[in-house]
Amino acid sequence: MLKSRRKFITHLLSLGGYSLTFASGILHSSLANAQWLQQRFSLSNYDETILHLFNGAELINNHNKIKFHRLPYIAENGASVPIKITSTLKNVTKIYILVEKNPHPLSAEFFLSPAMEPQVSARLKMAQTSKVVTIIEADGKFYRKVKKVKVAIGGCGG
Amino acid sequence: MANFTVRLKKSKSQSAGVEDKMSSIKIRTKRLDGNTQIRTLITHPMENGRNKDEQGNFIPAHHIQELWIEHNKIKVIRCNIAGSISKNPYFDFLLKGGEVGDIVTVSWIDNLGKSDSKKYIIKK
Repeated sequence: MLKSRRKFITHLLSLGGYSLTFASGILHSSLANAQWLQQRFSLSNYDETILHLFNGAELINNHNKIKFHRLPYIAENGASVPIKITSTLKNVTKIYILVEKNPHPLSAEFFLSPAMEPQVSARLKMAQTSKVVTIIEADGKFYRKVKKVKVAIGGCGG
Repeated sequence: MANFTVRLKKSKSQSAGVEDKMSSIKIRTKRLDGNTQIRTLITHPMENGRNKDEQGNFIPAHHIQELWIEHNKIKVIRCNIAGSISKNPYFDFLLKGGEVGDIVTVSWIDNLGKSDSKKYIIKK
């Protein structure tokens, strides 16, 4: 399969590198959580995802301490919708981004250490016009903010 | 002699190209009011497994699963990412404090087990 001896050797070396990193536990979280991760990211229903993530905890709506920047009202191209979330809440530990009508609503979750300011930005794919939801966990409480984004050309599916 | 210099130039440009291909991560930092903004751009197809190729077959899912950033070898943020983040994903984060000369490391691993990481030293 591999064309040259040199390539073969580099592959061997890189494999060795992987096993080393696994053994030393650097990637511990990703290995242990791989299955669990796949499950929560493959949920295809928005309500199910919310239930799975927050287990019925109260979500405080439209909190004015969360702000969206860059997120447009009308996105020309659903393949790349910019979003930037900032918050004035204290002790933010997690930030979730969900797109309600995507095939798999959960897009990303961020686990912040105390060394980070609650500010995150990314680019989303959106299949169709839908609500973009962000949920922030701070001091054990969940705050939610919702914004509807119109999509001119969908970004998911062929 | 002329030939030789031409060869040299060629080899230089080639090696530069290889270096660019080696790392999939671009990192830029900016000092903002005592904080440090870390911007990353990763080259990755981010296939979500729902797109079809020209023959009508599904393209298998290939997306980054986890991204984490270390500041002076201490993990400061970890992200779980789905295929519904755009192709060649861009992220930016705001680090509290951070000094010129500090080392920032960005690493990712995807669902096929590939991974990459890059160091960056905070500049002025």
